[in-house]
Amino acid sequence: MPLLTLACVIIIVTYVCVALLAPVLAPFGQFDVSAGAYQPWDKTHKLGTDNLGRDILSRLMYGLRNSLGIALVTAIIAFLVGVGLGVMSAVGGGWLDQVLSRLVDVLMAIPGLIFALLLLSITGPSIWAMITIIALVEATRIYRLARGVSLNIATADFVEAARIRGEGLPWIIAREIVPNATAPLLAEFGLRFSYVFLFVSALSFLGLGIQPPFAELGSMVRDNAVLITYGEITPLLPAATIAGLTVSVNILVDWYLKEFG
Amino acid sequence: MADKKPILSIKNLSVSAGPENDPIPVLNGVDLDLYKGEVLGLIGESGAGKSTLGLAAMGYFRRGCRVTGGTVTCAGVDLLAMTDQQREAIHGTKIAYVAQSAAASFNPAYRLMDQVTETARIRAGTPAAKARSDALELFERMKLPEPHQFGLRYPHQVSGGQLQRALTAMAMLCQPDIVIFDEPTTALDVTTQVDVLGTMKDAVRDFGIAGIYVSHDLTVVAQMADRIKVLLRGRQVEEAPTRDMLASPQQEYTKSLWSVRKIQKPPSVGSKSPEMRIQVEGVHASYGKVPVLEDVSINVRAGETLAIVGESGSGKSTLARVLTGLLKPRAGRVLLNGTEAASGYRQRSKSDLRAVQMIYQMPDTALNDQQSVGTIIGRPLTFYHGLRGEQNRKRASELLEMIGMDPKVFLQRTPRQLSGGQKQRICIARALAAEPTVLICDEVTSALDQIVAEGILRLLEGLQKDLNFAQVFITHDLTTVRAIADTVAVMELGRIVEFGPRDVVLDDPQKPYTRKLLRSVPEMDPNWLDDIRREFAKDTETATSPEGRAAP
Repeated sequence: MPLLTLACVIIIVTYVCVALLAPVLAPFGQFDVSAGAYQPWDKTHKLGTDNLGRDILSRLMYGLRNSLGIALVTAIIAFLVGVGLGVMSAVGGGWLDQVLSRLVDVLMAIPGLIFALLLLSITGPSIWAMITIIALVEATRIYRLARGVSLNIATADFVEAARIRGEGLPWIIAREIVPNATAPLLAEFGLRFSYVFLFVSALSFLGLGIQPPFAELGSMVRDNAVLITYGEITPLLPAATIAGLTVSVNILVDWYLKEFG
Repeated sequence: MADKKPILSIKNLSVSAGPENDPIPVLNGVDLDLYKGEVLGLIGESGAGKSTLGLAAMGYFRRGCRVTGGTVTCAGVDLLAMTDQQREAIHGTKIAYVAQSAAASFNPAYRLMDQVTETARIRAGTPAAKARSDALELFERMKLPEPHQFGLRYPHQVSGGQLQRALTAMAMLCQPDIVIFDEPTTALDVTTQVDVLGTMKDAVRDFGIAGIYVSHDLTVVAQMADRIKVLLRGRQVEEAPTRDMLASPQQEYTKSLWSVRKIQKPPSVGSKSPEMRIQVEGVHASYGKVPVLEDVSINVRAGETLAIVGESGSGKSTLARVLTGLLKPRAGRVLLNGTEAASGYRQRSKSDLRAVQMIYQMPDTALNDQQSVGTIIGRPLTFYHGLRGEQNRKRASELLEMIGMDPKVFLQRTPRQLSGGQKQRICIARALAAEPTVLICDEVTSALDQIVAEGILRLLEGLQKDLNFAQVFITHDLTTVRAIADTVAVMELGRIVEFGPRDVVLDDPQKPYTRKLLRSVPEMDPNWLDDIRREFAKDTETATSPEGRAAP
């Protein structure tokens, strides 16, 4: 494994540990107002305080925990739906494939973020509404990849052999197609997870994601945005946290595809 | 030839691949001398290092290969000591290369003329107009149809044989001293192969160049080469002038290569009592609106092998798809064991599905890499016969023994850990696990080396004797037909041209197409190519509207 990839793995593991252990590691709670607003960096508040006087370091940890958890749940749902339908329409073909593929085409024609904003303005911002909507938007992308990969595998002779043996659709999907598609699908999961993570942060930045007072990396950027005019780097810290995770995941996925893809 | 100096001389060349500390030898101390005006044939199985040696003659090595010893000298210059730029200047101008797949060698986005003249224009600095007129002359000489129009076409607008001739023209354009032919006719039909071989032979003779002809097909090499060198796993086995080599091979390995062509199934002692396994009656089929099968009727009895022969695109494989139910025919019906089977596989009963089993051309894609051999063979046992657990394992082991593989070693392996021949055996075991009454073999030996293929053919023959299944054997190789078939069906453009007992069809063909197909199969006789071209030329003279213009 190259050094860069190894560094990325360490970063990802650190992020996951911090997210899991946030209540233990954080010096303050995520809602605690412990000092005046916009305190500079000092001994008790290592990274200063935000617009309401909450400890930024603690909120970064909790924000990571919230964003990461929601992104993971969303990515898993999107993945199950996308891969399930994609493989099914590739193997099944016929009208099922036509209906699903055209539906996905329509959904993909609408820009993801705008579509999500539209739907959220109908449902109102709640965590489950956000998870469902992002999962729906991302599932369309996963569907296309899963369908493409499966179409290639479905034309292989061993799948034809299974068909004329008389095997049913569930067997062909579970035993013949999916085991041969794991490498590209696993890589796609990594990438989709980063996109979802960014998506959640972007919605929160716009005020439609995770609602205050819960800490969230995207909304932390917005809350402290004014500081940038004073040459403070504090609003960039949550942004850097987001970037650190997404870039690391991307590099790891690239390495994985090169090794096993 | 002691007084002549070789134009190309390879001495004690060793090439390795793989990691530095654990190298895999590709070539092991091979010598080669090539004189002006002669063609040297290199033959061997896949992995013998013949392509590597062919490329080494250009001082070129595939990525991952490195020279561990020896020299390559061309006209007194050491090719291995050159810089890449110096070597590049020689490639195409002094030494040219004709690749196996012309379709993959041409860029589909450019016209043929631009690609054929590219090396001459860029490497040799020939003015574009001169290069173009030279190419035209070559097109005419190679009897390409409408030489003036030919260069304006794109690669997909001409046939495979014409494309291979254009590739040869490209190699000849700079008038190189040496041309390396790497299996240039392997992807072509036999009737096309005759034309292409003839063109290449003329070109080599007319230009007085030296050639290296790499092939796994002995009969083709026999036509082209003056001398033959046999390679086995990177070592030289034997080298002799073609006629001596054909008449009396010295080494055991060479003899075994020769013997493959000698299998022949004894003519079936024709009591017509056994029951019909497959009857196809008046089948018409099409892909979309394109008709591919027209009024096809055949039948196969128990214990009998029907060989279906024809060129690519004649509908052989489509017929197999109709038999298995993958393609529903537009008209006509298929009877399995005397009763009509549903036309689509989804509608067929489990016993009908079990009755017809298929073995594919490419064992690499016919097996799921993610499953163990035990799972692959075990699944039809569970699916059709309800065998589970210990019973399943026991039967799978029996099947492995039947195909000559040790169950203790192979049951747990995955297809990735098997060779091509072993994979094909596993495919056979999987088909036999269903206990079929009909086995469909679609070009099952064409992706395998001769000796491995011979083993597969013998295995199928033995199994058929024991299990008495009917066999439908699709092939373009007429040598194989002689080896295994009881009856033969010849297909052309979706129709059965001739159908009958093997000896009747092969020894006394009634239709002109069958005669042409049979005569196009290369024979061991080095004079065969010249004879057959004279014969075909006579046919074209008498026939109306010949395809190409006569050479100047």
